[in-house]
Amino acid sequence: MSKQVIIAVKRQDTQSTGSRWEKFSVAYEPGLNMTTVLQRIAASPVTVDGKPSTPVAFDACCLEEVCGACTMRVNGRVRQACTALVDNLLSERPDQITLEPMTKFPVVRDLVVNRSGMFESLKRVRAWITADEYSDRGSGPRISQEAQEESYPLTTCMTCGCCVESCPQFNDGSSFIGPAAISQAVLFNEHPIGRFEANKRMEVIAGDGGIADCGNAQNCLKVCPKNIPLTRSLAKAGRAATTYAIGRLFRS
Amino acid sequence: MANQKERVVVVGGGLAGLAAAMRLAEAETPVDLISMVPVKRSHSVCAQGGINSVNAATRELGDSEWLHLDDTVYGGDFLQHQPPVKEMCDWGPRIIDLMDRLGVTFNRTPEGYRDQRRFGGTLYKRTAFAGATTGQQLIYALDEQCRRWEADGLIKKFEYWEFLGPILDDNGVCRGAVAQDMFSMEVRAFPAGAVIMAHGGCGLIFGRSTMSMICTGGAAGRAYKAGVKYGNGEFIQVHPTAIPGTDKLRLMSESARGEGGRVWVPRKPQDDRDPRSIPDSERFYFLEERYPKYGNLVPRDIATREIFDVCVNMKLSIEANRLCVYLDLTHLSSETHRKLEGILEIYEKFQATDPRVQPMKIFPGVHYSMGGLWCDFEKNETTGGLLSGSPRNHQTNVPGLFAIGEADYQYHGGNRLGANSLLSCIFTGMYVAPSVANYMASTKGDASDQPSSLFAGAVVKHQADCDELIGRQGDENPYTLHEELGNSMTRNVTVVRDNAQIEETLAKIDEIEQRYATIALTDKGSWTNQNLSFARALGDMILLARVIAEGALKRDECRGAHYKPAFQIKPPDAEDAAGMRRQATEWCEAFAAKNEKWLKSTIAEHTPEGPKFSYEAVDTSLIPPRPRTYGLKGAEMIEEVWKQRTASGKGAPDSGVSKQPVASA
Repeated sequence: MSKQVIIAVKRQDTQSTGSRWEKFSVAYEPGLNMTTVLQRIAASPVTVDGKPSTPVAFDACCLEEVCGACTMRVNGRVRQACTALVDNLLSERPDQITLEPMTKFPVVRDLVVNRSGMFESLKRVRAWITADEYSDRGSGPRISQEAQEESYPLTTCMTCGCCVESCPQFNDGSSFIGPAAISQAVLFNEHPIGRFEANKRMEVIAGDGGIADCGNAQNCLKVCPKNIPLTRSLAKAGRAATTYAIGRLFRS
Repeated sequence: MANQKERVVVVGGGLAGLAAAMRLAEAETPVDLISMVPVKRSHSVCAQGGINSVNAATRELGDSEWLHLDDTVYGGDFLQHQPPVKEMCDWGPRIIDLMDRLGVTFNRTPEGYRDQRRFGGTLYKRTAFAGATTGQQLIYALDEQCRRWEADGLIKKFEYWEFLGPILDDNGVCRGAVAQDMFSMEVRAFPAGAVIMAHGGCGLIFGRSTMSMICTGGAAGRAYKAGVKYGNGEFIQVHPTAIPGTDKLRLMSESARGEGGRVWVPRKPQDDRDPRSIPDSERFYFLEERYPKYGNLVPRDIATREIFDVCVNMKLSIEANRLCVYLDLTHLSSETHRKLEGILEIYEKFQATDPRVQPMKIFPGVHYSMGGLWCDFEKNETTGGLLSGSPRNHQTNVPGLFAIGEADYQYHGGNRLGANSLLSCIFTGMYVAPSVANYMASTKGDASDQPSSLFAGAVVKHQADCDELIGRQGDENPYTLHEELGNSMTRNVTVVRDNAQIEETLAKIDEIEQRYATIALTDKGSWTNQNLSFARALGDMILLARVIAEGALKRDECRGAHYKPAFQIKPPDAEDAAGMRRQATEWCEAFAAKNEKWLKSTIAEHTPEGPKFSYEAVDTSLIPPRPRTYGLKGAEMIEEVWKQRTASGKGAPDSGVSKQPVASA
């Protein structure tokens, strides 16, 4: 028999049921990634004990780490399953690979979680340019190469959830909106047109659940798959919030 | 005006769907946006290289919207209706400006203007880009705008909802859509004044492709089954450079060549030396040698066939057991590497080698559906473009059902030029909105006038279909069937096509269809049942696979991505001038005869017995078709003969001087 890889999956049938572990075995091949492993399990969902099971529900889309869909905990670490290569995982832990859903979002089924809260946070910080209308008004503002290079990394955020998953301050007991949303607020506040609405964003950033809730654990920076300088955004947001609060003092 | 309050359903939240939703919302038309994934995760994020338009820098070199049109239809082998393409090219500069205003982080020149690069099929640097993740940046900007309208209540998103079919009234008018919640599996009707299909391409029919897992063609299959015509299905673009993988062929953007990347193989077959130690004289830069004018930036169909030829016919693949060639970026500066960072990272992550120091190994992969749902247009006789706001624009043959983006069949003809898809997606989304509004204003009655039984009946029917699929008793595995379908389609209906082989695939499709009737789902539950969704999509893939394969079988010619060597016009090979002229004349005769017969869109209509085919004349009223002579021996002679021929009034059906309207900007 060809070399097999053992996959332990934390499963949960519905939003309200408890979880259980199930083990599957998949034939090894070079270059295998975890989304392929899940597809192989779906094609033949039988556990290592030979018990027929159901396909493991999981989110996946682009399979090249630009959409953010397949985010889950692989060997206990939050990341995209598509770039989680079996070869690397086995060198970390040769006996088995574990897959679990993210813990900071409600589980829908198995590895599928509901991340709609992250998109709601983007709404709260008004992460957009309020264009007058979509007709022809000529080009946007000129932007220096330096400014483009500073903002570009922030625009690669996939809203995947790795940063909030790893953040100790983001939990059931807190209203912290998390690094991703704060970084987007910073992105738009630094844009030559986006800054026209900076104060509206600062109301959220300087308010409850805003930047003051950041505990500076810096986990977000370590887990971000796009290497977004999140701690730099958080630091900028912190400084801006102070300035904003002082300004508000004078305005009131 | 009851009509103004009517909702519009948009199916798909990629660039086209979001652009349409945003424009409709701006005009205060409420939108229900249905998407299988959170829209921010749509397949548009995978587009890397950039978006084309004429710009200040290219204009100085003589470029114009007219030349962008010319490159697009020439690159597409003249199979597209020209008025929509003209309108798109005219809108290009405005669309880039708008995306710039919406905050897209385009790369900049030292003075702060947008930077541009060159892409395939043109000699101008028309392509604006944001790093190597332009599609991601563009869709995020539109996602942000739609979120803004969502906050204002004009757009309601239904993410993780799957389109099951349109709802047609007794007169065949579309009155809404049925969709299923992919979590709760609830089936629901969405009454609407119009439905816009923006569901993207159907690459998964080929098993592995550069497309995302959601690009099954499921929504297209369902619209087709409901009566929408399918146009030019056999035109499938195979991208020349993808990273071979077991689960997916990951795109290696054309921008890698646009920034100076070179394609080569060692002259010695399967030379096992480190590629960096192979001297230039022992490397075969086949694109540069064969196409000195365009070099590595020939149109995609040509680059794909050349790579295929070098690996399959010349047996010069780098590896013995796997087909691949080198795409070499190692000679480029670190600044250029930085511009390409996004795509270089993808290579590094999946191949575990650094493409900055080691040439990449790549091979062609199925990439884009030029064909798609048939839709109409209305020409503006003054400009040669489209009549703005005409309800005919982008409306399918089913009244009230529109198609845009990769889902439609217009714009790219026989072959799409790189960086034209992002443009066509945003353009069609923007442009369709007033057409939809005018359609709704001019249509008698609205969804609320329909009996509630119309909607309830549609839900019951689709629910019954779900139950039937779940209840099937048999032993066929949908995943196995998908793999077999994909393998056969990839082997016989992609780069090089041969009628006997296509017939073999059609027989295979017959077999798969029969086996599909006895598939067994391993999940029969009613909560987040992904097995059901996949099995259902497989049925649609089988339906469209037949449209693609049979269309390819019937089309006995070479055009764009559709390459059938048995019907290729023999290129001139004479060594003397007189012989060359004689052969070029014969070549032009054959070319004119071929266009007479095949310069037509393939139209497939669903019947229970299989697709019914017909052919539609192509509007070539702006630029007369001419031979596509990239790299052909005797190209200059052919062009000369063709010019003389058309001057004497013997050319293509619409021969004569190009009818460029004077008013065109």
